[in-house]
Amino acid sequence: MASVDTAVEPSDSAVSEPEIGGVRRRDFINIAAVSFGGVGVVATVFPLVNQMNPSADVLALSSIEVDISAIEEGQAIKTSWRKQPIFIRNLTASEIEAANDVDLSGLRDPESLADRTQPGKENWLITLGVCTHLGCVPLGAAQGEVKGEYDGYFCPCHGSHYDTAGRTRKGPAPTNLEVPEYSFLSDTVVKIG
Amino acid sequence: MSFPWAQQYKPTTEFGQWMDEKLPIGRLIYNSVGAGYPTPRNLNYMWNFGSLAGFFLVVQIVTGIILAMHYAANAAIAFDSVEHIMRDVNSGWMIRYAHANGASFFFIAIYLHIGRGLYYGSYKAPREMIWLLGVVIYLLAMATAFMGYVLPWGQMSFWGAKVITGLFEAIPLVGKPIQELLLGGFAPDNAALNRFFSLHYLLPFVMAGVIILHIWSLHIPGSNNPTGVNVKGPQDTVPFHPFYTAKDGWFLGLALIFFTGMMFFMPNALGHADNYIPANPLSTPAHIVPEWYFWPWYAILRAFTFDFLFVPAKLLGVLAMFSAILVWFFLPWLDKSPVRSGDYRPRFKKFFWFGLIPCIVILGICGGAPAEEPYVMLSQLASAYYFAHFLIILPLLSRIEKPEPLPNSITEAVTGKPLEQAS
Repeated sequence: MASVDTAVEPSDSAVSEPEIGGVRRRDFINIAAVSFGGVGVVATVFPLVNQMNPSADVLALSSIEVDISAIEEGQAIKTSWRKQPIFIRNLTASEIEAANDVDLSGLRDPESLADRTQPGKENWLITLGVCTHLGCVPLGAAQGEVKGEYDGYFCPCHGSHYDTAGRTRKGPAPTNLEVPEYSFLSDTVVKIG
Repeated sequence: MSFPWAQQYKPTTEFGQWMDEKLPIGRLIYNSVGAGYPTPRNLNYMWNFGSLAGFFLVVQIVTGIILAMHYAANAAIAFDSVEHIMRDVNSGWMIRYAHANGASFFFIAIYLHIGRGLYYGSYKAPREMIWLLGVVIYLLAMATAFMGYVLPWGQMSFWGAKVITGLFEAIPLVGKPIQELLLGGFAPDNAALNRFFSLHYLLPFVMAGVIILHIWSLHIPGSNNPTGVNVKGPQDTVPFHPFYTAKDGWFLGLALIFFTGMMFFMPNALGHADNYIPANPLSTPAHIVPEWYFWPWYAILRAFTFDFLFVPAKLLGVLAMFSAILVWFFLPWLDKSPVRSGDYRPRFKKFFWFGLIPCIVILGICGGAPAEEPYVMLSQLASAYYFAHFLIILPLLSRIEKPEPLPNSITEAVTGKPLEQAS
């Protein structure tokens, strides 16, 4: 009867194979095969993960055009962009003044009203209606809603107060309400995104 | 493990030892598909299809879970959600084509795996349980594939669902209520679509569980081999790893060339154009056939065009179709020949290659063809032969056949030398 050792084929004796250029043939084959397989695995896994990114139909909705002709001074509207609320606010002269009177050095996220609006259109404050704390929709855009201590927006979830320029002034919100990319197509139509 | 000379698992790292005391999963893998599983040294390429089928099940589960992230199981939007996957989702077309063709490749692998078992007698003692569990896995795969094909809610999906649930209607007395129970209505609609989606997601995991049992029961006697002769000693085996992991890996690479070739260059070759038409309950496609892997059974179903005694043709066809697979459950006891491998059974070999295989191929062709002559008559002849093979030919053969002399051992068969000189 054969001994246990013969369970292993003689071909496995490659360990005693001579080296070619300092590299054992079997090591080379092994590393080459595993590397090639690794590249294949990465190439396969990429689309399997990437499929979770926004699909073409979601990206197709990524810009909107809004008619702002009906928004009177002191009014604001809520609209929806990328499934998120957008606040478009027509500031009054006193609100603009209040926003410009603030000492920027005292702000958590120092930005002037001019930084957050477009030249010549300082009365149009366009921001995401998403609290920068944890994503609730702040109050203050619709008529009769609480506007907070700084007469801008107030987030009821955790008590963040924004001023008339949509800047964070009090409460846990770390940054000002986000201003999306937008442009005026005419005096009455604005394109967001 | 099965053989006393199996290599023993020895954790090399401290962490390995710690794990081995708490949760010996490394030991389990080592003994199942590692160096701790001694495997016959003479396995041919027909032994590659089990692991290949397992691989394609994993492909189906992974791509299926992804498709379920984008698919909507609602009769109003199911079809559109599939088109959404094809057009909008990043790489969605690729993932869906992988899933659709993966099903075909799973069945290719599983059919060759079953055929291997039939020819080399892998269903015989002591491996009956492995075979029985295999038949269960196959039945689950058929149910899963059928329900998956319904989900895109195209014309073939809808009418496939209607026809297959219509089979149950053939059952006397309770047929109609059973069909309505299965569908949750009088015809396939939202209720049926939702439950098919639920079950289509569930059954592959049930399959995975039965596959674990299948492999568990395999590891008790160990793998069969092309000679069918029992392993007699360490010289007859090699460790599964690295020998068969390497061979399975190389073969997987080969199979993936064909799979990706199908997926990228002819992804709809095995599908039906009619399934890109949204389901229409008022119009049946002119030529309705199931997917290719069901064709032989579909041919048996349609072969019964006549009433027999008091049994209507419809019921006969349904009974015959189910029996065609259920007969496999009795195979280990129908074929009583003590010789496993067809290589050493001169008459069995002829009946296998010139009887059973052509018969199944003919059934397959007839099942995919329209229900007209000559296909109906051919299906009837082939169905008759199919059942005769299992119920008459195999039991008779095992009585009258004189097998060829078996080699004394695997090693002797491989080296051509008597055992003493082989080592």
